[in-house]
Amino acid sequence: MREIIQSIKNLSIGFKSQDGREIAILKNISTSINRGETVGIVGESGSGKSTLALAMMGFSKQGLYPISGECIYKSKNLLDLSDRELEKIRGKQIAMIPQNAGQSLTPNLKIGYQVEETLKLHTKFDANERSIKITELLNKVRLPSPSIMAQRYPHELSGGQQQRVAIAMALAGNPDLLLLDEPTTGLDVTTQAHVLELLNEIAKDTKTSMVYVSHDLGAIAQVSHRVIVMYAGEIVLDGDVRQVLRSPLHPYAHGLLNSIPKLSLPGLPAAMPGTPPQPDENSKGCSFYERCELAINKCNSSKPELKSLSNSQTKVRCFRHDKLEEKELNKNVDLILPQNSNEKRVLNLDNISITYARQSILDQILNRFSDKNITVKDIDIDIKKGETIALVGESGSGKSTILKSIAGLLSIKEGQINFKEDINLSPDVRNRTNSQLRGIQLIFQNPDESLNPSHNVEEILSQPLKLYFGLNGKELKKNIIDLLKKVRLSEKYLYRYPRQLSGGEKQRIAVARAFAAKPDLILCDEVTSALDVSVQAAVLKLLQDLKNELGTTYIFVSHDLAVVRAISDRVAVLYQGRLCEIGPSSEVYKYPSHPYTEVLLGAVLEPDPDLKPKLAAEDIVEEKPPENGCSFQGRCPRVIGEKCFKETPPWQISNQGNAIRCHINIKDLLKNQS
Amino acid sequence: MKNTELETIEEKQISTFDRVSEVLIAIFSRPSGMIGFSIVILHIIIAIISPLIVPYDYKEINSLIMLKPPNETFFFGTDQLGRDVFTRTLMGGRIALFVTFFGTIIAIAWGGFVGIFCGLVGGKIDDIVMRIIDAFLAIPWILAMLLIVVILGTSTQVLIPALGFFYGKGIVRVARAATHDVIARDFIMAAKARGHGNFSIIWNELLPNVRDAIMVEGAMRWSWMLLAFSSLSFLGFGVSPPTPDWGLMISEGRGLMSFAYWSVIAPIVALSSLIIGINLSADAFAKALGIDRTQKAPV
Amino acid sequence: MFLLILKRLGLGLITIILVSVIIFTGVEVLPGDACTSFLEREAKGELLEICREKLGLNVPAIERYLTWSYNALNGDLGFSLSGQKPISEIISVRIRNSLVLAFTAIIIGIPLAIILGIITALWRDKLPDIFISTIAIFSMTIPEFISATILILVVAIWLNWLPGIVIVSSNTTILELLPNIILPVIAISMVMTAHMLRMVRSNIIQVLSSDYVQMAKLKGVPYWKMVFVHVLPNGLLPAINIIALTIAWLLGGVVVTEVVFNYPGLGRLVIESISDRDLPVVQALALILALIYVGVNLTADLLTLLVNPRLRTLQIRK
Repeated sequence: MREIIQSIKNLSIGFKSQDGREIAILKNISTSINRGETVGIVGESGSGKSTLALAMMGFSKQGLYPISGECIYKSKNLLDLSDRELEKIRGKQIAMIPQNAGQSLTPNLKIGYQVEETLKLHTKFDANERSIKITELLNKVRLPSPSIMAQRYPHELSGGQQQRVAIAMALAGNPDLLLLDEPTTGLDVTTQAHVLELLNEIAKDTKTSMVYVSHDLGAIAQVSHRVIVMYAGEIVLDGDVRQVLRSPLHPYAHGLLNSIPKLSLPGLPAAMPGTPPQPDENSKGCSFYERCELAINKCNSSKPELKSLSNSQTKVRCFRHDKLEEKELNKNVDLILPQNSNEKRVLNLDNISITYARQSILDQILNRFSDKNITVKDIDIDIKKGETIALVGESGSGKSTILKSIAGLLSIKEGQINFKEDINLSPDVRNRTNSQLRGIQLIFQNPDESLNPSHNVEEILSQPLKLYFGLNGKELKKNIIDLLKKVRLSEKYLYRYPRQLSGGEKQRIAVARAFAAKPDLILCDEVTSALDVSVQAAVLKLLQDLKNELGTTYIFVSHDLAVVRAISDRVAVLYQGRLCEIGPSSEVYKYPSHPYTEVLLGAVLEPDPDLKPKLAAEDIVEEKPPENGCSFQGRCPRVIGEKCFKETPPWQISNQGNAIRCHINIKDLLKNQS
Repeated sequence: MKNTELETIEEKQISTFDRVSEVLIAIFSRPSGMIGFSIVILHIIIAIISPLIVPYDYKEINSLIMLKPPNETFFFGTDQLGRDVFTRTLMGGRIALFVTFFGTIIAIAWGGFVGIFCGLVGGKIDDIVMRIIDAFLAIPWILAMLLIVVILGTSTQVLIPALGFFYGKGIVRVARAATHDVIARDFIMAAKARGHGNFSIIWNELLPNVRDAIMVEGAMRWSWMLLAFSSLSFLGFGVSPPTPDWGLMISEGRGLMSFAYWSVIAPIVALSSLIIGINLSADAFAKALGIDRTQKAPV
Repeated sequence: MFLLILKRLGLGLITIILVSVIIFTGVEVLPGDACTSFLEREAKGELLEICREKLGLNVPAIERYLTWSYNALNGDLGFSLSGQKPISEIISVRIRNSLVLAFTAIIIGIPLAIILGIITALWRDKLPDIFISTIAIFSMTIPEFISATILILVVAIWLNWLPGIVIVSSNTTILELLPNIILPVIAISMVMTAHMLRMVRSNIIQVLSSDYVQMAKLKGVPYWKMVFVHVLPNGLLPAINIIALTIAWLLGGVVVTEVVFNYPGLGRLVIESISDRDLPVVQALALILALIYVGVNLTADLLTLLVNPRLRTLQIRK
């Protein structure tokens, strides 16, 4: 029997609603964490996973309070302890690494002080020992030049560095149990892979138990020994990581895994129908009943218990889990059909450059602009009707900037945007004709921002219809209802305001608004990254269906390579505003030729514990592109010499049809890959 | 994504009422909003109907009944000229409410317009206008008001635009800040990308979202304006006797309050209750619309 | 950072210049001039001429503005018509008196507001908060002349603890002045404290709900240490500017309070000079009050610059 660090018994946490009812958002949680074990807790937003992690420190967010149950640490119930007693445990025996380190570091205190604070509180070191220890800790989390770092304020660090500081802070007390609340969400792919690797190493070194809370099964798979799946405030599945991720025995976990786009699997992931129940909806039966394919009458009338399976460690909350064993995982629904290359051109980006930097007065007079540090440079892309081309890259790669220029919201400095066969698009949206405007529509990342909060759905959708087609009265209404149907929403949504819609519904309205214009080309800017995985799959499917139906062309910008893999025909990889590689998705993902593509793809986390990310390049944040040479020179693991720093690399085309921009011969590039 | 879990819960609790009734319900669901609104409405009703219901003539002087304490015939007693304090208190808010109400409308109109305009155009024009607004803020309101009143007189035709102008400055700032917040958001970008004209973007996308902030600020300005108006009366630079006005009544009764406190207590309670009522309503209004009023200085 | 300070100074200067222009044109565009207003409309030709001569009203407005501002820069604010003395002489005593009042009010008001603001924020929606916040709303909204009148009625007349009206001439020494300022100071600091405490409260509440305060709790930082190290510096920082604006704004209220208590400060001078239609004094007063306003705001800006690491480091490293 392994030593139990913390055990949670029948824990329920909730809040008082306005009408005085007690509403639980965690329901009867019982589980335990063993010494040296890393437990991943996974669930979508609203599943209660963060609340559970905080409860393990005896903490509830404002407005929430424990209704019943206990969190037992060293035979004491944390929920009953006084603040004084908790202060001794928090940071010392149980430490937390928060989601958004940037906001979790006190802005007016230096990094060094914030790390030292924990040491002061929880160790007996004197000042000298403490400063040695700080350096040691900052070294351990691989922050460059710790003594300088310690003198910095949080806002002077990059996101990845802030996250490392938070880790150092948590490690300072040498805790038995480390709680991590979405520690890598919001970081770039490569940074995320590095942080996870660091965490794994720490876990191995210190034998600390960890609880890793995340919505991202990919990250969970990399660090966890055991996985707990939460749904609507309940544990629905608890078992060994391989067991849970390879053959999930709960229909929700099964659906969740299926709805994740994977690199190894082309085509669209299967979407899960419906939305999770709200905490105040009290049903007698299983909380997943509404969305479950396997549900029978019994599931609606009585609640399944979390039961251990006889032949393994796995616990599952389902009456019909045995039916799942036969169901196959990883079956994607529709494969994207290969595109006919004879289609006409929809858009052509001819050598465009964009800069945010303001010109100096001299340059303005001479009507030239300086070549240095141009945000986006030399972009040459041809887009054919009916294809989906993806622009991928990390933050700062200029992918959204390019979209804005196509939409005419940001002027290009050089080059030309050509629409359809022969229309020369003005760089300024105000100089474009009605039909040009109608032809290009934009969908934004966050529907909360892109939908006017003071308009209802009818008003939102009538805007483009009135503007482009001059519709009004009955015809307008009929068109709006048709649009709603197109995005699989019913008529009853007409008079709702954005705040009365769920995230997925809002994004559907945004999609409907774009399609209202009957456009030739839709620009999608990270359209699924604000959504939960299961909702994301549904929105991706909607976009694909609409494309098949109407023959629309998409330019799809995303940082998520797996999503891009699922939806795109062609992919263009960008680094620091420069194209690195462009080619058919199937080829780029199979034979990533450019060193950056290789690094990027290597860092992607798959929901499989045995597929480890490859960390090829250093994780440095570059603030601006280099003035000369290859854009990736600063981080490239394969720099071959002076050439890389001095000369802009040439385009090379492989036999598979992908074009890359690198000084290394394309054949050598492919050969040297592992 | 902090507080995600709590937010999703609250989201659900909003039912499908339209905006206006939603805000009204939010205001009346707070005791402070309920009390504040009732007080303000009561005051407005009294101001409108008081000439019909008062028991005596407000300007009738009777030397026989000077400074009588409250009794059955004179509920609030009489003042130094033998006038009924009850009558004068009921009617004492009429001019104040009239002037400040229209003053507020003027303040909202010009302040909102200039603020949104500056927020939109930005650049040099914005800089210049904001400098001038700043300079006006640097002159104490009372000095400016006194100067205007002394030279142009105290008629309502002078007071309404003067107060409206002086209290519009704060609205300019609020409207400008709100405009800046809104135009940075994606839905404005979306409208631009669709190719809507400037007017359509301002009218359809911007105004509905700036409106709330301006309305709350306007409500707040109303109470400051009342304060300014009564201060002027109190100092002897506002409405002239024998017009019933709370500020004036307090000023007149002040010298005698050591033995006739009733002649000041009634107008004090009346004026204070109105100002507090407006403030409580403005607070409740702001909270109902999700605006944090207390973050702002009273300029 | 040096550049930033320079920029703020420049902006303050522009404001002052603008104020002087506004005041000057304000007085200029109004019907009549300083002499006709002072001597009333029916003033006889000869008297008017002497007066105009004395004030130099016979030269063009722009020229007068320039001389006026030039003299003002040299400390000469002009000549008072009613007092028949140089304005600077009249004003300097009054400024001293007003400063005594304002400083006492600020010295009591700011710490009180901060302490009460912290208490109300930390015990949010509990009894101390409800109690203090309710009182704050009352003292904030009730006009100064009402609270002053009530104070006199209750403390001076009914309880007979303190003199209600200040009966000193403007030239008394500070020591003689002190016992007389108790009631005026209470009246002013009540309003001021109420305003500031509400802002401090909401700022601190915001900080209390921040991720970094939650993180400090989860690090095991003891409650009061957390309050002093993590909460207050960040919660009070944005309050500095707002407090400055409040102080400057309350200058208007000080005028009324001084009149109620018959206190010989700048505020009463404002009323006196306006009643006398002594426009040169009004001009000078407006300029001085604007200077105070700009000065207070500038101080707040510089203070923020000094204590906010974000602003401080931004300027150094860029």
